Amino acid sequence: MPPSDAPDTEEPQAGEGQPQIVFDKVVKRFGDLTVLDHLDFSVEPGERVTLIGPSGSGKTTILRLLMTLEKITEGHIQVAGEPFSHMRRGSKLVPASEGYLREKRKSIGMVFQQFNLFPNMSVRKNVTEAPVHVLGLPKDEANARAEELLDLVGLGEKIDAHPTQLSGGQQQRVAIARALAMRPDILLLDEVTSALDPELVAGVLDVLRQVAETTDITMLCVTHEMAFARDVSHRVLMFDKGRIAEEGTPEKIFEDPEEERTKAFLSSVLDNGH
Amino acid sequence: MTWDLQFTLDSMPTLLEGLLVTVQVTAMGYLIALSLGLLIAIARRVPVAGSVLHVVMEFVRTTPLVVQLVFVFFLTPPNISGMTVGVVVIGVHYSAYTAEVYRSGIEGVAKGQWEAARALSLPATRTWGAIVLPQAIRKVIPALGNYLISMFKDTPLLIAIGVAELLTRAQQIGSASFRVVEAYTMVGFLFLLVSIPSAIIIRRLERRYAAV
Amino acid sequence: MQFLIERLPLYLDGAWVTIQLTIGGCALAFVLAMAFGILGSMKHGLPRAVATVYVEVFRGIAALVLMFWMAYALPLATGFQLNDVFAAILAVGLNVGAYGAEVVRAAINAVPRAQIEGTVALNMSWFQRTRLVVVPQAWAQMLPTFGNLVIELMKATAVAYLIGVTDLTAVADQMREATGETIVAFSGALILYYVIAQVLIFGMRLLERRANRKLGRTPPGGAGLFALLRPPKTGTKVGVAQ
Repeated sequence: MPPSDAPDTEEPQAGEGQPQIVFDKVVKRFGDLTVLDHLDFSVEPGERVTLIGPSGSGKTTILRLLMTLEKITEGHIQVAGEPFSHMRRGSKLVPASEGYLREKRKSIGMVFQQFNLFPNMSVRKNVTEAPVHVLGLPKDEANARAEELLDLVGLGEKIDAHPTQLSGGQQQRVAIARALAMRPDILLLDEVTSALDPELVAGVLDVLRQVAETTDITMLCVTHEMAFARDVSHRVLMFDKGRIAEEGTPEKIFEDPEEERTKAFLSSVLDNGH
Repeated sequence: MTWDLQFTLDSMPTLLEGLLVTVQVTAMGYLIALSLGLLIAIARRVPVAGSVLHVVMEFVRTTPLVVQLVFVFFLTPPNISGMTVGVVVIGVHYSAYTAEVYRSGIEGVAKGQWEAARALSLPATRTWGAIVLPQAIRKVIPALGNYLISMFKDTPLLIAIGVAELLTRAQQIGSASFRVVEAYTMVGFLFLLVSIPSAIIIRRLERRYAAV
Repeated sequence: MQFLIERLPLYLDGAWVTIQLTIGGCALAFVLAMAFGILGSMKHGLPRAVATVYVEVFRGIAALVLMFWMAYALPLATGFQLNDVFAAILAVGLNVGAYGAEVVRAAINAVPRAQIEGTVALNMSWFQRTRLVVVPQAWAQMLPTFGNLVIELMKATAVAYLIGVTDLTAVADQMREATGETIVAFSGALILYYVIAQVLIFGMRLLERRANRKLGRTPPGGAGLFALLRPPKTGTKVGVAQ
């Protein structure tokens, strides 16, 4: 929920009002390894941002910090104008408690590289379980939502199948439906096609294109699919060594990059056929 | 009631004597379990006889040790002591378990090792003794160690055939003095005194050998 | 043979008591194993310490010692006399529950981290995650060892005759005393124990098969019903440090 003094973010328009996500001098270290190095950036409501860069450049860590799967080392993250990595105690900001994180991450959904479907549940249960138990949705309403979303990802007839009976691409489409069933404001996509056989990639990307076209969900996307990035994103951030090396519109980054590092990275990715 | 400290101290020597018997039974029974279990594991690879052996050991493993103890005790002539019966029956009972442990170890030895031994025309005794068993046993040392502790904790069953182990001694002291609470509580403590350090040792063994 | 047939009703009465002890002990052990196993898998130090104390104490003391303590020491210490059957159930349940708690803890810790991350992304609470995802997935891994523990528990109930419970062993002992027919008296009991064990093994394998099917796996040993009749791959007893 937006606080009373913040502008309404129900009808977000890119570039207007308050940013939805703000990274403020964010540092993330794993032991001696600095993965994010005083990172600053923000994302507008409804904006679709693609993060590219060599592996180890910190892209995935950004998504994992937003999903609260990692704890921040230094700096602050804000979501929808509210502190996210921290919470207010009196006038001070202290590291967020589990309860606070739970409240704040309500608006965020994530799709993982390895799908992470629950093998102890049917496809239907995978999609309805969290809406029923976390959002408190009535069962029939959750079911209707699941049917609608599975139709959207083209798997309406697989609703009572078991995840292991599906191909990787189908599993990933279920995972997208599962994330959307929570009606997130922000969707994090972490290399969602990297674990798929090449012939299954297009189906998943088509679904995501459709989601991008038909909703105003803010999307942060880590991918090596450059054509997809160009089609759907408003902005591309090129990462290197935990910092933003270059940013701009997809046209700018892909056609006329300024930084040597960006050029080198793009040519290496394109050479690999990705 | 109040805890009688003097009684506790006075009864310690008797209880420790009982503990010594417990340790002796465990040690001797374990030697039987280790050696007989290995023989059974190897014999189980013989066709037909091996299958019969498997059924017999399955029977031994799935029926209660205390019944086996009492059964054998009443079948043996009176000149054989309860202690001897106890050691043999516990040893045989646990060999049903150790045989399975050895078997899993032997099955875990890579097929290529057998083939290499054959390629060198090694005789069966060398194949087993120098190649298969050393590799198999190393892997199962922690599992075998666990059975030593299990066995230790099964020795109170010898009370059923009148062996003067720890629990029997406690029972005797308790009924003579009516300080039953102290007697049985001390038994519990003595058991913990042995089994908790052993559990820690086994955990060390697991870290050392299981990584291989 | 005639001997056994005549006394079969007595043996069956004894077997029924053994079955009651087994069911009661398993129910208690299961609840304790789940509760302390889950505590032991938690991040915080305090619940973990509580679980460790329970596991080490009740695994470290033999079920028979526990049983004697409850039957003979507890009434004197507290003035409260436990029913014999209840004391026996409590002792085997507490003891096997401690082994079970370690099995539950290990199975929960073996649930892949990615699955936990999936639940975070769906904003599940710790309780929802544990109930809906973690325990159902760990279940299939617990079952084979639970199967062994059920047999161990059934066998452990036999010592209850030493505190005066008239179970199958007690019946056999009475028969021996009354008739002097040691071999027949005890063979009857051993065979009935064996039959009970086989039924338990069969039941546990059915549960295992169901659990594996639920996770979309083919059960080990093949899919057919006959696979249930085959001996298990390993029949090891769960030891102390596992």
